[in-house]
Amino acid sequence: MFNEVLHTIPQVLIDGLTLGAVYAVIAIGYTMVYGILELINFAHGEIFMSGAFIGTAILLVLTGIGWVSSLPAIVMLIAVLLITAVLTGFLGMGIERVAYRPLRNAPRLIPLITAIGISFLLQDIVRFIAELKKGNYIVTGPSLFTHQLSIKASSVSSIFNDATIKTSFVIVLVTAVIMMIGLDLFVNRTKWGMAMRAVAQDRETASLMTINVNKVISITFFIGSALGGATGVLFAVQYGTIDPYIGFILGLKAFTAAVLGGIGNIRGAMFGGLLLGLLEMFASANLTLLSHGIFGAEYKDVFAFIILILVLLFKPEGLFGKPVTEKV
Amino acid sequence: MSILEVQNLSKKFGGLTANQDVSMTVEKNSITAVIGPNGAGKTTFFNMITGVYQPTSGIILLENEKLNGLKPHVVCQRGISRTFQNIRLFNEMTVLENVMVGMHTHLKAGLFGILFNLPTTRKEELATEIKAYQLLEYVGLDSFLNEKACNLSYGAQRRLEIARAIAASPKILLLDEPAAGMNPKETKELTQLIKKMRDEFNLTVLLIEHDMKLVMEISEQIFVLDHGEKIAEGKPEDIRNNPKVIEAYLGSGAVHAG
Repeated sequence: MFNEVLHTIPQVLIDGLTLGAVYAVIAIGYTMVYGILELINFAHGEIFMSGAFIGTAILLVLTGIGWVSSLPAIVMLIAVLLITAVLTGFLGMGIERVAYRPLRNAPRLIPLITAIGISFLLQDIVRFIAELKKGNYIVTGPSLFTHQLSIKASSVSSIFNDATIKTSFVIVLVTAVIMMIGLDLFVNRTKWGMAMRAVAQDRETASLMTINVNKVISITFFIGSALGGATGVLFAVQYGTIDPYIGFILGLKAFTAAVLGGIGNIRGAMFGGLLLGLLEMFASANLTLLSHGIFGAEYKDVFAFIILILVLLFKPEGLFGKPVTEKV
Repeated sequence: MSILEVQNLSKKFGGLTANQDVSMTVEKNSITAVIGPNGAGKTTFFNMITGVYQPTSGIILLENEKLNGLKPHVVCQRGISRTFQNIRLFNEMTVLENVMVGMHTHLKAGLFGILFNLPTTRKEELATEIKAYQLLEYVGLDSFLNEKACNLSYGAQRRLEIARAIAASPKILLLDEPAAGMNPKETKELTQLIKKMRDEFNLTVLLIEHDMKLVMEISEQIFVLDHGEKIAEGKPEDIRNNPKVIEAYLGSGAVHAG
């Protein structure tokens, strides 16, 4: 049995890293907002979904005027990613301005409920527009990357099976990694990144150090949402079919990833996302085998959430978080 | 020449009056102290000047420009920075980064420059780091530059707060109980540091302090607050002998006994 599990490793790694990268980038959005406002922005999953729809809409329009076939797919993708990122970035910033800023000093539960409300609102707006334009809220976009690659892992060692990957897998992974590196540089190297960290630690002191707190919060929402929206496009390119409800479960998993890594910690969120993706794909490939057919691959979500519960039980601050000691 | 002018400043929190009709003029390049018993409204007064609280009535003028209604970060950009009664550093950031946060408005590098690592950005980053390092050297913390702020000793954290406040290139530096919790040796060093900074950075220093030895030694002008009102102002020697001040601090019995 052990050998059979080993056989699946190359494929699990590839699928897991790709899915994990998607989780990681969305988890960053949760963790950044939490770090700065201590607000769990449940609308973030819907920003991701809106990104998927905006990206697909752009691709469909471009297909309609015949640009998709005439331009290289990668150029198309980059253009769509950028446009979507900017649009969802402004969407996130707008949501913060309208729905969260007026509640900045309200008890914490109130903006949380607002976030859930915004999340339903976005789902229904997107569903409404999709049905209006396409007659159905389940939308299938044009496929940009259909090429398949095969990795001969068996030639490295006979215990591994060969793995196959779609080109889009590689693109999702590479784009996500670029986004994560970019963000890490931004947060640690730029003046606004530093301002962001300062605001996260002590908003009032930061404002007394010439930092415009509202602007920093807006930038945080812009970046988090731009990354989330761009990931939505990647998701749409990768899986083809999207509906207005994809943001819910994916958002929940990304939130899990953020908690796993220690909420508020950006590198933790990246790691948590990748780990969760790998675990989930591992479960999906091997649960049947390990449980002798009692649990099928569809239990992978259960597996992921069991991990979350275990982490919360034994290390509530997350893998990279620091325990907060109560000051007396 | 006056740099900061406060006219009839009042602050009410519901029924509680924290400051009542406080007026004062702070001379440019002076060291001025605000003293008074606990709860006299000194920190509230600082909070109004820095824009944390909006005054209920009265006006604040910095070089004849009104500061009322401005957000704290704008007040700080105009040239007033401060330290806190309870140390408020960015504990999880390094000593050097804390100072660099203070320079926030003076940095220009944008996202574009960072992403493409433009030469101008690199130059600016380097210049900022050098300037921050020089400030750390100035307050004697250069050997701790990569240490997390929370790992510094108490006195060192106080000095780091001062360095961070100076980093914003202020015209006026507000120090809220800078010597609190310091031993006599540290207090003496601090006294010298404040004087040195005033001369070298062309600063105006306004400080709240309970350590009378420090206050009498350092300040050129003293304002005394009690129950939110200004009860006296003048040179250290005048304040020392002012019966109203003695009464506020020691009770009315002390005046008659003395």
